[in-house]
Order: sequence, then C-alpha cells, then structure tokens
Amino acid sequence: MIDTLVQPFVEFAFMRRALVGCLAISLTAPPVGVFLVLRRMSLMGDAMGHAILPGAAIGYLLAGLSLAAMSLGGFAAGLAVALAAGLVARSTVLREDASLAGFYLVSLALGVMLVSVRGSNVDLLHVLFGTVLALNDAALLLIATIATVSLATLAVIYRPLVLECFDPQFLRSVSPLSSPTHLVFLVLVVLNLVAGFQALGTLMAVGIMLLPAITARFWAEDVSGMIGVAVGCAFAASLTGLLLSYHANVPAGPAVILSCGVFYLVSMLVGVRGGLIWGFVPRKHLEA
Amino acid sequence: MRYRVYASIGLALGILLGASGAGHASDKVKAVASFSVLGDMVKNVGGDRVEVTTLVGPNGDAHVFSPTPADAASLASADIFFVNGLGFEGWMERLENASGFKGTLVVASGGVMPIAMREAEGHHGDDAKDGAEQAEADDHDSYADEATDPHAWQNLFNGKIYVTNIRDALIATDPDGKAVYEANADKYLAAIDTEDKAVSAAIAKLPPERRRIITSHDAFGYFANAYGLEIIAPEGVSTESEASAQDVAKIIRQIRKEHIPAVFLENVTDRRLLDQIAAETGAKIGGVLYSDALSEADGPAPTYLDMFRHNVGTLTAALAS
Repeated sequence: MIDTLVQPFVEFAFMRRALVGCLAISLTAPPVGVFLVLRRMSLMGDAMGHAILPGAAIGYLLAGLSLAAMSLGGFAAGLAVALAAGLVARSTVLREDASLAGFYLVSLALGVMLVSVRGSNVDLLHVLFGTVLALNDAALLLIATIATVSLATLAVIYRPLVLECFDPQFLRSVSPLSSPTHLVFLVLVVLNLVAGFQALGTLMAVGIMLLPAITARFWAEDVSGMIGVAVGCAFAASLTGLLLSYHANVPAGPAVILSCGVFYLVSMLVGVRGGLIWGFVPRKHLEA
Repeated sequence: MRYRVYASIGLALGILLGASGAGHASDKVKAVASFSVLGDMVKNVGGDRVEVTTLVGPNGDAHVFSPTPADAASLASADIFFVNGLGFEGWMERLENASGFKGTLVVASGGVMPIAMREAEGHHGDDAKDGAEQAEADDHDSYADEATDPHAWQNLFNGKIYVTNIRDALIATDPDGKAVYEANADKYLAAIDTEDKAVSAAIAKLPPERRRIITSHDAFGYFANAYGLEIIAPEGVSTESEASAQDVAKIIRQIRKEHIPAVFLENVTDRRLLDQIAAETGAKIGGVLYSDALSEADGPAPTYLDMFRHNVGTLTAALAS
C-alpha cells in the first residue's frame, strides 16, 4: 500500500519535481483563495485567471515558451485588467462585476488570438493547461520564489486584510491602509495565478486557489483555521492527483483539480461546520 | 433624408460586391492542399499548370488546425482539394461544407495500406521495406477508423502512391496537361525511389541495438516499419492528447532499461516534456525531426524529400555516435 503511494516518487525525478511544484503552489495559493472566498471575490479570481492569458501570449509571441517573458507578461496583464476594472467601476455606470467581466472576456479572446497567430493550437493547449510534468529548474525556482514572497507579504498585511474582509468601513475610518491593502492583495492574487499557470495552466491555476479554500469553509470557522485546512487540502489533492495520473493514466493537471473537487464535495456532505449530513442528525434538546 | 440612407447602403453594397467580383482569368488549375507535404507533392507533379494553396503551412500542426475564413474562401474557388485522409484532417468535412466547395476532393492516401495506431510500449521494429507488406497483417480497411495511423507519407513507398493519385487526379481535372503531369510525376517518382534506397541504406548502417529513438508524438510508425527503426512516443498518435504521468513514466523506464540513446524533438510539439525526459534518463537530445509539416523555405526541410534527408541525417548523426 505504502509502495503504491511512494514508489512513483522514488523512481522518477519528474514525479518529484511535479510534486514539489504542486506543494509549493498549494502552500501559497490557498491562503489567498481563503481571502477571496471571504470577500466574496471568488468569481473575480476566476476572471483574473483568464485575464493573464494575453500577457502570457504576448510574452510567448516575443520570446517563445520562455518562462520570464510569459510570467512577466501574465503578471502585467493581470494587474492591468484588475486596475482597469476597478477604474471603470469607479468612473462609469458599470459596477465591479460587469466591468471585470467585460475586461477579462476581451482579455481572454485577445490571448487566444495572439497565441494562434504565432504558434499552433498545441502551444495554446499547453498555455491553457500547463505542463506540470515538465517543470524545469527555472519554473520550480519561479514558483518557490513567488510562494516565499507571497507568504511573507500575506503575513505582513494579515491584520488589515482580515479587517477589510469583515468590516471595510471601519478600517477605512480608522486607518489609511484600506486602499493599499486592497491593492497589495490584488497583486498577490495575480502573482499566485502566474505561479500556478506554469504548472496547471491558466484554466486551472484558479482551481488550486479557490477549491481548497471553499472546502475549508466546511471545516473551520476562523480565518487561521481555514488557511490551515485549505493548505492541507491542497497538499492532499496534489498528491492524490499526481498518483492518479500515474496509476490511472490520466492527465496530471486536471487530476489534481478534480481531486480538489472531490474533497470539496465530500466536505460539503460531512464537513464539521455546515456539512449537509449533520442536518439530519437530531441534536439534543436543552431542557431545564 | 431617407433616400440618403438608402443611397449610402446601396453604394456600400455596390462597392463590396464589385470588389469581390473582380474576376480571376487565370488558366491554371486551382488546387488546395491540406498540409505542406501534400502541397509540395502537388507542386512537383503539377508544375506550372497548377496554382497550389496550402492550408496548414510550414511548422503547422494539422491535428489541431483551425481553419480561418481565408481558408474557406480559397477552398471555395478551388477546382481540386487534396487531403491526406486516414483521419488526419479532423476539420476537413466541416470546412468543405462551410466553404461551399464544388470541385473534386482527392484523398491522397487512397490505396495505401494503413497501419494501426501504435501503443506507447509494445511494438516491433521490422525490417520490412515495403509498408504495404507489413500492414497486410492488420485488418483495417476503414479510413475513418480512429485508431488508424494517418502519417502514411513517412514511408516513401506510400509517397509514390500519393504521387500517382495526385497525378491521376490532375489529369482527370485538366486532361490537356496529361503529358506534362506524367512527365513531372515520372521524374518525381524516380527521385523518391532514389531517396528510398538512400534512407534504407543509411538506417541499415546503424548497429541494430542503436536503431531506437524517442520522439514527441507517434508520427513515425510508417517510417519505423519501412526502414527498421523503433520509435517510442509519449503522446500517442495525435498531438491533441496530453501526456499523463503514467505515459511519461513508462517511457523513462523503457529508456533506462534498454539504454535508448537519443530523444528527438519535433517541429510541431512542446519541447519541455522531452527536455525533462532527456534530463532524467541521460539520453541525448538528438535534434529536431520533421514529421507532420515541412519547414519554412529557408529551413532544413522545405520539401518532402528534403524532409527525409534532414530526418535521416539527424537520426544517423545522433545514433551512430
């Protein structure tokens, strides 16, 4: 039993690297995802994932499948879309959701077109779905660096961030940190999407960010608890996904995200806080 | 005011229709070829009498090609459309219907004995030089069978069948050019024959245990069968599929066990996976092989025969050492 779990990683370097890459992303993306979920920005996170595509595509057009070019491009595009959406929401009749939807859809179409101009659809597939089994040293280093920077930053802005989740008006009234915190948080979201995009592709980088966080909602009630559960869940899903890809011969990226999904569904049924099953278990009546 | 609106609409329509109606008074046969290898063959047989447009250009991947309106337009005005068949062009039927093509559709691989899709591990590198002989063992007679390997042109014997099909189709469409087409085809067939012998000789010079390679996708089944090379590929027959961890693991295990010397990139796939496999097993990266598409005109494989020369040169250079 242990053999089936451990042996693929012992025997193959590419499995070890895939695992390290996924674990690094699992450490950094879920905490950001927890805040997205708490601030009701989950779908925004998804939109951002698609928004980074044209930046990556421009990087790809200029420099081929180059890590630096695509990451920088993706980062710039993601940030641009986030800021533009915010600006439009503030200065026109559109609200945040509509303005972001407008920008990210244009972004996505632009990205697909740019990749198709220079490369074949195969390259587009790789950009959309990632190559977790082919993470080279540079990619792993990038992911690890982003993970470190992201966690450190999160630790620094933790308190204003939590406060902004639950009572933004209060924060605005007692401190000037509200806007900068929001901005830094957006930067972190894009940074983590860029990290995840190398391994899992633009379509699924958001998955590892949001699904564990959503799952954690059913197990913990305070923010630190949720972060812990989300990271643990992401670790488990990475391991399960890679093993599934190895033993059941399915593509690795989708396997990881589907594992996250399975954990989510199970948690929804039996999670300690709010699991559906507990609704059917009668609770003790308090009697005088 | 209303009349002005009608007038401008009328004018605009007139301009657009007038421009598109600009006639093409050329006597050349208008041929469209689905991908670069076919395009090259048609050019060689058709010579000056045929104007060839190629849909999937150099370094393009026909497995995942997405036709554009320009492609539909060039097909609509074409007399003859050459396709590979054997399931290579998944988009062909839709393009044909959408463009309103009224000419002749020619399947270049008509009469070729197809071989089945090869598994990533178990297969045999036979020394049969004749693709037809080898493939008689298979029972496939449906060209629409999904498990058929479509890359039949990688065996020069099949290449000759392609050329004869092209020649016959051109003669049927343009009987006046019969003599020209036959002369061109004969010359081309002779060149293919020479190349066929050269390829067999070159591969035969390699020691048998060195005649095995890894490449990104399984495009060389016919080549392997005809010339005695063993190919192992993580991505299967089409680049549309993503490799799973199990596929990659099997290949690495096989390389290690059997000391396969070289890994080859292809001009239509992502090199990162192959880099990773090469790094992990110590196999050499042998170079780029051209499988589904020719190179640009100034590249190493701009024609069908150049493709073979380049591939064989790259293979022997990496495997001989």
